[in-house]
Amino acid sequence: MFVQHSLNALTLGSLYALIAIGYTMVYGILRLINFAHGDVFMLGAYFIFYAGALLHLPWIVGVVLAIVVTALCGITVERAAYRPLRDAPRISVLISSIGVSFFIENLAIVVFTGVPKPVVRPSWLVSIIKFHGVRILPLTIVVPLICLGLVAGLLFIVYKTKPGLAMRAISKDIETTRLMGVSVNKIISLTFGIGSALAAASGIMWALRYPQIQPLMGLIPGLKAFIAAVVGGIGSIQGAVIGGMLLGFVEIMIVAFFPALSGYKDAFAFILLIVILLLKPTGLMGEKIEEKV
Amino acid sequence: MMGNRMRNNTLTLLAVVGLAAFLWWADGNFDGYKIQIMNLIAINAILAVSLNLIYGFTGMFSLGHAGFMCVGAYVSSLLILPSSQKQAIYILEPLIAPLQTAHAPFVVAVLLGGLVAAIFGLIIALPVLRLGGDYLGIATLGFGEIIRVFANNLVPITNGALGLKGIPDYANLWWNYGFMLFTFYFIFRIVNSNFGNALKAIRDDEVAAKAMGINTYKYRVTSFTIGAFFAGIGGALLASLLTTIDPKMFLFIMTFQVLMIVVAGGLGSITGSLIGAVVITILLEWLRFVENPITLGSFEIPGIPGMRMVIFSLSLVLIILFRREGLMGMRELSWDSLFRRFSKRGEAE
Repeated sequence: MFVQHSLNALTLGSLYALIAIGYTMVYGILRLINFAHGDVFMLGAYFIFYAGALLHLPWIVGVVLAIVVTALCGITVERAAYRPLRDAPRISVLISSIGVSFFIENLAIVVFTGVPKPVVRPSWLVSIIKFHGVRILPLTIVVPLICLGLVAGLLFIVYKTKPGLAMRAISKDIETTRLMGVSVNKIISLTFGIGSALAAASGIMWALRYPQIQPLMGLIPGLKAFIAAVVGGIGSIQGAVIGGMLLGFVEIMIVAFFPALSGYKDAFAFILLIVILLLKPTGLMGEKIEEKV
Repeated sequence: MMGNRMRNNTLTLLAVVGLAAFLWWADGNFDGYKIQIMNLIAINAILAVSLNLIYGFTGMFSLGHAGFMCVGAYVSSLLILPSSQKQAIYILEPLIAPLQTAHAPFVVAVLLGGLVAAIFGLIIALPVLRLGGDYLGIATLGFGEIIRVFANNLVPITNGALGLKGIPDYANLWWNYGFMLFTFYFIFRIVNSNFGNALKAIRDDEVAAKAMGINTYKYRVTSFTIGAFFAGIGGALLASLLTTIDPKMFLFIMTFQVLMIVVAGGLGSITGSLIGAVVITILLEWLRFVENPITLGSFEIPGIPGMRMVIFSLSLVLIILFRREGLMGMRELSWDSLFRRFSKRGEAE
């Protein structure tokens, strides 16, 4: 039983972690909570559904296509709603992102309709394997592995390539980086693209794990992933992964061992958030930011 | 100067009398739908101006308004629901004993709803207001969600997901506009006092305010608590107006609507919140036409359900992109400014 719960927690944690990375990267660079990120995650799940249901694409082509299209959506959101506000007070951008979030959700309700859609899953992912009496869903092993691979790839980009260097430089000081001849807007677009692609990957795997998708599915996972990013220390990729895993474990384990509390499941994440913010406002892995006068 | 003040007070009094006369006339001549919209305007104005106090005047980005409305709505509804109705709707688990018989007149129930919301606000403010900026937004959003989750699960008190039905509809035009005037008067007096100056100083530059010897934490907590009080009153009135509430009503979208009114009216403008409430409430109702089939000559465009909210959210983004300061910015509509405008026009001609 415990092995099963751990695998479930690892899977949920991986999904949260992939979304949380998008929040943390955008916050690190623009100091913006991108409220629309959870809805980008939802778009990823819908694109894989339509790739299969309308276009009848082979599964793997559908996955690639969904990730690419979602990344383009993320970049478009930044171009249309955040870039014009680059010099505005930060709170304006925040309100803009809330507006974009509601816009995507309501547009999705109109275009995709509010009726939940069933996602077709490749059968090898969901046929239960018995191993020493433990019933294992292959999906719960595949998801954490994919997550591990994606995070490794991301860390390589951020720490070993030129664009990654530019990203890290922008997060320290955007003005100086611009003066050094870095095309800041391109790097910001790239950041939104990568973040949205990871959210799409998470959305696709979420749709495989919980195969009923609906237009508001991004709301709660998005909020929780943001919490994971804050708990781990916003701005830090490793922190986002740790925060996501922590949140996944807390949720699965409390529901597994205290079923009476399962109605309060959605409140745990927020209670965890407030406790962390009060004890260590910069999160587990965060750097302390000095307030400049 | 004194003469101006006399004149302004007289004009304000006349405006209130004019409003009362209009309400009296509307009560007799408007149909139920129009009266409902007028009621919603008053309640939205209360909610908007209370959020404006927290956000527009003190600069605290709070996203927990729906939570305080939820508290106010449940507290006052439980106090005005007749005992027999309580027995009828609590079918999953009976209501706990003291609440079963608790009863209060409407005005007391609404004020108590505000008071309990204020107590929640204070409890939340004490730890959370040590945070600033975005963290405050997300933490208050979290508290709003926690309150909703509890409303959904504390079945012996809130009746869970079924919500409360058959709440007496005391909230008529007179009560709603009465509470609205009370709220506006109260917040107007706060903002134009020394206390209000401290709040604005905190909004404009917290570090500088601290350096001036202002205990910013204390002022922020007080402002937040007062805002929560009026949010609770707004929620209580809304519950009685709609006669039915459930936890789903207090989702984040509720806060979003209030935020939209404040931003559209102008952050840091009390009269802006009133104008925003009128414009947005009417706009939201008027937009219903896009969901009905439209006939243009021989063409018939089918209505698109849900399109209303698409346009609504898009307009928030457009306001932020192209007119960030809203309708009024930080300016106030006052008698002095009106007179100045008219006398200037007179000179020009």
